[in-house]
Amino acid sequence: MMRVPDLVACAAQALRANPLRSALTALGVIIGVSSVVAMVALGTGAQLQVQNSINSLGSNLLIVVPGAAQSGGVRIAVGAGGRDTLSLSDADAISQIDGVSAVAPSQRGVAQIVANGANWNTQIQGVTPAYIIARDWSVSEGRMFDDNEERQARKEVLLGQTVVSNLFPNTDPIGQNIRISGGSYQVIGVLAAKGQTGFQDQDDIVLAPLTTVKRRISGRTGRADTVSQISVKAASEGELGRIQQDVTMLLEQRHHTQGPDDDFNVQNLASIAQTAQQTTQVFTYLLGGISAVSLLVGGIGIMNIMLVSVTERTREIGLRKALGARQGDILRQFGLEAVTLSVAGGVIGLLLGILGAWLMTSLFNLPLVIAPANAGLAIAFSGFVGVVFGAYPAWRAARLDPIEALRRE
Amino acid sequence: MDALITASDLVKLYKMGDETVRALDGVSFAIPRGAYCAIVGPSGSGKSTLMNILGGLDTPSTGRIVIDGADIGALDDATLAEFRNRTIGFVFQSFNLLARQTALENVELPMIYAGIDPKMRRERAAELLTRVGLGQRLGHKPTQLSGGQQQRVAIARALAGEPALLLADEPTGALDTHTGQEILQLFADLNREGATVVLVTHDLDVAAAARRTIEMRDGRIVGDHANEANAA
Repeated sequence: MMRVPDLVACAAQALRANPLRSALTALGVIIGVSSVVAMVALGTGAQLQVQNSINSLGSNLLIVVPGAAQSGGVRIAVGAGGRDTLSLSDADAISQIDGVSAVAPSQRGVAQIVANGANWNTQIQGVTPAYIIARDWSVSEGRMFDDNEERQARKEVLLGQTVVSNLFPNTDPIGQNIRISGGSYQVIGVLAAKGQTGFQDQDDIVLAPLTTVKRRISGRTGRADTVSQISVKAASEGELGRIQQDVTMLLEQRHHTQGPDDDFNVQNLASIAQTAQQTTQVFTYLLGGISAVSLLVGGIGIMNIMLVSVTERTREIGLRKALGARQGDILRQFGLEAVTLSVAGGVIGLLLGILGAWLMTSLFNLPLVIAPANAGLAIAFSGFVGVVFGAYPAWRAARLDPIEALRRE
Repeated sequence: MDALITASDLVKLYKMGDETVRALDGVSFAIPRGAYCAIVGPSGSGKSTLMNILGGLDTPSTGRIVIDGADIGALDDATLAEFRNRTIGFVFQSFNLLARQTALENVELPMIYAGIDPKMRRERAAELLTRVGLGQRLGHKPTQLSGGQQQRVAIARALAGEPALLLADEPTGALDTHTGQEILQLFADLNREGATVVLVTHDLDVAAAARRTIEMRDGRIVGDHANEANAA
């Protein structure tokens, strides 16, 4: 019986005898594994990015906007250009629904802000204090205005990080005054950063009391009690679906509409998140699958070279058999050569794949996610490729007739 | 005398297309331990087939051959491999050394398949190479050795498993006459030290070096005589 270290030495010696050929053979697997690793990491990163940005809008969140619902909620009508069909009393009614923890009506406006001699165009959300709870904002400096200040239409604002960095790059904005549409407003708080959602910078925002925005900034043209959006936060994720139905039924009653006639749309962010995640997951599988094809090609390369090698070394195989090598010894030697090539290719491919994933994710500004399980899987799969594609050449070698083999030139 | 090899009525048939060739056609003989025997005959006489069967590389179609207690026809593939490893020492016409390995590593090869540990292997290989006169060439590759030296490495390799039978197939066929004589002398010396040697050749001059000659023609033994000149 051949000792394992001798078996390994035999295989290693054979591979070292033709270094260039071994390297080129492993290259097929290197390319396959590295592209699988890089593509899956890229896909997973994109998936995480989408997930994070949707989560950052607020957890357990329903958003009610004016406009007709489309089948499956794919088309999302935005209130800005649509009819003002939602009112403050709708919001009050929704807050009576069981399981709702926060309801925040808001009015969106666009305005130019002037401060410190600099201009900045941004969106102004007129909100009630519940908004920061419903949308998971946190106040990093200063404070949020309270219900009283909101009702009194105080000229107070909170600034998002992007606004702060553009208007107050070097000074503390708290207590400073800014001008919006000709009026003067005091900065009472700064919001903690949330980051990007897709193409939108969430931190490019100014929060002001809803009444203030309605009266002084955007509400001049519309009715006094309409809002552009109502954010509804559920107490628990499990109740989101039920609350979505309740909100829809309630608003249908209040608006006297039914099904396709609805002049509002209740969006469930959890289901949008799920759809987005499924989409990116499909992309991940697709990218990984295409890359796996190159791994298959790498495996065929190994098989090809191993068959050539068996033919070239026929005489050596015959000699080894004459000297007492069993079929199993020959099978293991050639099998090990193939597996060594593929696993070495797998390890190098993994390292290159991680490097490639790092380059691509930093290029696209995505989080870099390499699950250890995926890395292990890549190595295991390359080993599997070696076994599968090395098996036939090794079997051919083992089955060679020593008499014929020794006679071969 | 104790018979190392007992062959009775060996027949080996090959199918060549529609024709059946009788490579061996009822061969019976016995070779005692310690013999130095040449099997001679022209090509097609069946001597190569007989050598393959003696070496455990092939099995007879019918008949029975027992070598060192092993019935060759009854062994399975793995046992046959073990038999070749332990009982037979092969010497080939074209040496069949592994070009990438040193003389020492080439001699170690059969011991690797016997599962002997590296330290013992190396010591024994060095001893054997010294025995065949290559004590100074342990680290040389085959390409750095002359034909005669390569055949000596091959003989050392054949001796590695302490085989019951040293089986040489035209061992001088690739060597010049002088070097060939030296190799034959080495076989004679090994035989004197107790090794059983069987030489397979078509060359009567080579056969004359042995103490007994078995002559083959058309798959049959046509002559079997002792060479008085070489009597021990």
